[in-house]
Amino acid sequence: MMEQSKEPLLEVRDLRVDFRVPGGYATAIRGVDLTVGRGEVVGLVGESGSGKSISMMALLRLLPAAARVSGIARFDGVDLLSLSPRELSHIRGGRIGMIFQDPLTAFNPVLTIGAQIVEALQLHDRNLSGKAAWTRAVELLAEVAIPEPGRRVHQYPHEFSGGMRQRAMIAMAISNRPQLLIADEPTTALDVTVQAQILELLQRLREELNIGMIMITHDLGVVAGIADRVMVMYSGRVIERGQVDDVFYASRHPYTRGLLAALPKLDGAREALVGIAGTPPSLINRPAGCAFRPRCSHAEAVCATAEPPLLRAGQLESACYVSDRLSGMTP
Amino acid sequence: MLRYIFRRLIAVPLLLLGVATVAFFLSQTTRGDPLSAVVPERQMNNPEIVAAAKERWGLDKTLAERYVIYVSNLARGDLGTSFTTRRPVSADLAERLPATFELVLAAMTFATVVGVGLGVLSARYQNGPIDHFSRIFALLGSSLPVFWSGLILLYLLTVQLGWFPGPGRLSAHTPPPPPITGLYTLDSLLTGNIPVFLESLHRLMLPAIVLGWSVVGVITRLVRSSLLEVLGQDYIRTARAKGALEGRVMIHHALRNALIPTLTIIGFAFAYLITGAVLTEAVFSWPGIGSYAVSAARALDYPAIIGVTLLGSLAFLLANLATDIAYGLVNPKVKLQ
Repeated sequence: MMEQSKEPLLEVRDLRVDFRVPGGYATAIRGVDLTVGRGEVVGLVGESGSGKSISMMALLRLLPAAARVSGIARFDGVDLLSLSPRELSHIRGGRIGMIFQDPLTAFNPVLTIGAQIVEALQLHDRNLSGKAAWTRAVELLAEVAIPEPGRRVHQYPHEFSGGMRQRAMIAMAISNRPQLLIADEPTTALDVTVQAQILELLQRLREELNIGMIMITHDLGVVAGIADRVMVMYSGRVIERGQVDDVFYASRHPYTRGLLAALPKLDGAREALVGIAGTPPSLINRPAGCAFRPRCSHAEAVCATAEPPLLRAGQLESACYVSDRLSGMTP
Repeated sequence: MLRYIFRRLIAVPLLLLGVATVAFFLSQTTRGDPLSAVVPERQMNNPEIVAAAKERWGLDKTLAERYVIYVSNLARGDLGTSFTTRRPVSADLAERLPATFELVLAAMTFATVVGVGLGVLSARYQNGPIDHFSRIFALLGSSLPVFWSGLILLYLLTVQLGWFPGPGRLSAHTPPPPPITGLYTLDSLLTGNIPVFLESLHRLMLPAIVLGWSVVGVITRLVRSSLLEVLGQDYIRTARAKGALEGRVMIHHALRNALIPTLTIIGFAFAYLITGAVLTEAVFSWPGIGSYAVSAARALDYPAIIGVTLLGSLAFLLANLATDIAYGLVNPKVKLQ
């Protein structure tokens, strides 16, 4: 029993995703490794197109047929990538819940919120009566602090506000008490004040239910508040990972440092917003060597030779040839 | 909801008045002489008979007078007297409408079941054998003229294989069931006359398939394309992510959304076929509105032509209303007020 609990909840090895495109394959994910412990929150950070969402969708095999996925994704002892569709359907929404970015489009517009939560419940418990499921749906809405859940449960998605919809989405995702929750940009589409409420809610659920979480976001502020560990992705690879404080205060990768520098400061100093110059490389035509090299101010000749491997650097792991030079500098 | 329906129904007579006005004046612009429909050619030279006929049918009055008379009769539900049958047009229509209605109802049932079914399968197995088959099936139905496909099927299935009885609603030896709704299948069922029910149903099938096939295409293609669009939506991904299998995702989540645009086409096709079943009715000797319209048009029987026009317009208005109501039921974002 002790042995088993030491095993990570989710262990992903060498995840690769290629998309069939006219004239070949575009490689979106290039060998991602990831572990999530029971009750642990891992932040997955990167800008749009870095492959954060695609890698998580690939785990649950939610990508379109044009995607080719390889690697191993061991969840609680079984490989998600080799399950039959029926076996997978028991895990989806059952032991792994998923929250999506835009709760307006993520709910079916012609079904009530209640009907959609009830469906999630009954898909994983065939013996649950309709009446019991509806009672449970109301309880779940109450659990995520939706006011008047008894009335709200009969409303349609368009009758909910953005924040309420995201709460309902969370209620649906946790309806079967999952061990792992994958949250894909759960706060991006929301107002700042509502964002804080949603993060608080996720934090509370994590403590009460001991759910492991993967939090996909491009907002480092979100990660800082909730994650135990952080993985930074760039162009389909993990380029840095470590404990949240180490990444924030001792990053060894110029890209992570660039992201941190781009955070607006709230201490009153009226500085111009800092960005990272350039755009992420295309998936089809990556530069030779380090993918970040064309945008990197620390680039040297060695950076153009080969992709830098993810190596231990201080408290973290970084994929950068010049990480040693960055160790002394404060980000 | 009821108030909405009531308000929509109030507008119907006004719209029909507009249609009647246009149809009335349009019919006066044709070159043919309506007298030729009522006076035999030999007697056209006889001024007395011509004058009597003119008086009898009101053709001696001015256009404006005739219009006023027509509209005031219309207000009392009198569509005038047919030149050819010498019976009230409304009686003619009432007699023939149930036959057409029964045919169109059966045809639309066939078209909807087959069209939606093939549409779902084509979207599920996109570019597979089923998709290609349904594309060809739909294309044939839409492009083969009904008089051709009807005759071919009649020859193959009735004459050669004997699977279906000959044309007509019932054979000459079978007395029709007592008229309750005018639909033979329903009336015979209501009176418990199973043999007549089976015969009328059997005779209804082939013309309904031929007529329905002509609109299967639009339904299939629309269901397919809207399903493919819906299947790319975020909420489909959500449904999969919560553990629904593909079949359930398709029927429970995708189809309901995809049917919203399809409803419009189904309603439109229904109304169109009420007056558009002409050729099918001709091939299968079906005593409906379509065949009535053709003989009226050939005889320059204005009252009958305008009567059919009004009936067709009424069918469109009611089908539109039914479509809007169905929209409100299927799509919670539509509020009927």
